[in-house]
Amino acid sequence: MSILVIAEHDNKELNPATLKTLTAAQAMGDDIHVLVAGEGCAAVADQVAKAAGVAKVLCADHAAYGHQLAENISALVVSLAKDYSHVVAPATTTGKNFMPRVAVLLDVAQVSDIISVESADTFRRPIYAGNAIATVKSDESIKVITVRATAFDAVAAEGGSASVDALDAVFESDKVRYVAEQVAASERPDLSSARVVISGGRGMQNGENFALLEKVADKLGAAIGASRAAVDAGFVPNDMQVGQTGKIVAPELYIAVGISGAIQHLAGMKDSKVIVAINKDEEAPIFQVADYGLVADLFDALPELENALS
Amino acid sequence: MKILVAVKRVIDYNVKVRVKADQSDVDLSNVKMALNPFCEIAVEEAVRLKEKGTAEEVVVVSIGPKACQEQIRTALALGADRGIHIETDTMPDSLAVAKLLHKVVDEEQPQLVILGKQAIDSDNNQTGQMLSALTDMPQGTFASEVQVDGDKVNVTREVDGGLQTIELTLPAIVTTDLRLNEPRYASLPNIMKAKRKPLDVKTPESLGVELGSKVSVLKVEAPAERSAGVKVADIAELVDKLKNEAKVL
Ligand SMILES: Cc1cc2nc3c(=O)[nH]c(=O)nc-3n(C[C@H](O)[C@H](O)[C@H](O)COP(=O)(O)OP(=O)(O)OC[C@H]3O[C@@H](n4cnc5c(N)ncnc54)[C@H](O)[C@@H]3O)c2cc1C
Ligand SMILES: Nc1ncnc2c1ncn2[C@@H]1O[C@H](COP(=O)(O)O)[C@@H](O)[C@H]1O
Repeated sequence: MSILVIAEHDNKELNPATLKTLTAAQAMGDDIHVLVAGEGCAAVADQVAKAAGVAKVLCADHAAYGHQLAENISALVVSLAKDYSHVVAPATTTGKNFMPRVAVLLDVAQVSDIISVESADTFRRPIYAGNAIATVKSDESIKVITVRATAFDAVAAEGGSASVDALDAVFESDKVRYVAEQVAASERPDLSSARVVISGGRGMQNGENFALLEKVADKLGAAIGASRAAVDAGFVPNDMQVGQTGKIVAPELYIAVGISGAIQHLAGMKDSKVIVAINKDEEAPIFQVADYGLVADLFDALPELENALS
Repeated sequence: MKILVAVKRVIDYNVKVRVKADQSDVDLSNVKMALNPFCEIAVEEAVRLKEKGTAEEVVVVSIGPKACQEQIRTALALGADRGIHIETDTMPDSLAVAKLLHKVVDEEQPQLVILGKQAIDSDNNQTGQMLSALTDMPQGTFASEVQVDGDKVNVTREVDGGLQTIELTLPAIVTTDLRLNEPRYASLPNIMKAKRKPLDVKTPESLGVELGSKVSVLKVEAPAERSAGVKVADIAELVDKLKNEAKVL
């Protein structure tokens, strides 16, 4: 049987999480189809068709899918699902939003946020904020799975030459209407896929002080993240929260500044390759996971770091 | 309107759970249990809607062993009016929970159902979306703002790119994110009062739902530990190590 992967995109560009999800899908089977549902998303479909290992692209281009409303996307996916052994999507806020609907409408249990594929029906996934890793086996006829993208390498974005088939089925709920979006425009790399991430916590004291992090980030080409405390206090927007219930990151280098290291924060960053912590409290739990810890006042350390990188 | 809130009993968020030696599961014996934090936010939102006069009644429902009644009482102490406990020996998976909640929704006919976005034990993030699909009520997940207006509700959602606002036609399902509100503490008089609020006990059988899951847990392991690294004396040493030892700069 074939595997259906649902692409994540913004109608213009493919989100890199999809290429990582494709690696997970390839470990489940080899005939991989990708659904691109959106509005004016033909360029995304062409991009997916070039990805390594994709056999076929299905493109549903309609206003009903433009904002990825879960009601509409899930109905479309369910209409296709019976031909597949697995339905797979990245565990982004979009995937988390529509995939459980797909599962329940197929009357199957979903396996969320997998970090490895042991075999076509057995997967590993973190539970309890990553304090335990469960190996689970799904005996469902159709396996509905979301993938933690940071746990997989991306397939090659070029080299494939899949066909693109247009779908004209339209599913449109009249009970939900898109109103508005507030998208944080940023010149910085995407938090979820950046090579370097520098995050600030409550120790930053206010939003203006994040400028100190930005100056360092500029030198490193880094994305900027935050702890829940920094987001709750209004220093920075919600999409910067790293953690169990925020974004999961696994960069080459993660620098935690003024963050204590609560388990919920660690859950989102402890798979980073190298972790640096800057904190004035030498007892802060963040030092237990940091490869390099600096006990210092961040208001001294950040300008020094910026200078040292110049 | 009537609001139904689903609440789950989970490990307290401050506790770092340990895996059992035989790797069959995590060890929850003698561990502090609590209301799932996202469910606490759900209860708070419902109670605020009642205080504003938007809702008349707040009903909480919890599924699981007898001990779940502690969490139902907590929700009642926070201001909910009445509880429903669906008693089972084990904690059913999200699919079964959604099916049970579907039955409760059919019986209670709420205009709004509020759930947490995620239970912090399974970290599933599934149930609200499943309940929405089963009931054919529209969903507003990961909500940081909920505004009821006539027969509509506007939900602002925390998404990867920022915030998204959608308008749902009631009856609808909402799942909570952290920024929706800051839950209150239950006062002692309210804790006492909660003991006398009605709590109905049902079973999955009486609701006609079969439990059992086709996803089985083969093994539960502790994650790979990160070994604590070294402390550096100053920024110069840090940058040197990052360049020459870790080679990430
Ligand atoms: C359901 C739930 C979900 C959660 N999800 C998340 C999540 O996804 N992500 C997340 O991050 N948290 C999450 N949390 C919150 C988590 O439990 C912690 O409360 C939070 O991570 C703490 O943030 P912090 O480290 O910035 O703040 P604090 O714990 O207050 O730590 C601040 C640190 O800054 C240091 N500091 C202060 N001033 C300075 C200075 N001048 N120089 C150097 N250091 C300084 C202090 O020593 C301290 O260690 C969640 C909690 C719950 C209940
Ligand atoms: N056993 C349960 N009893 C009542 N509500 C539950 C139960 N399990 C999950 N829920 C609800 O569903 C939400 C999301 O849980 P989950 O999908 O398991 O992550 C929780 O925050 C609760 O609101």
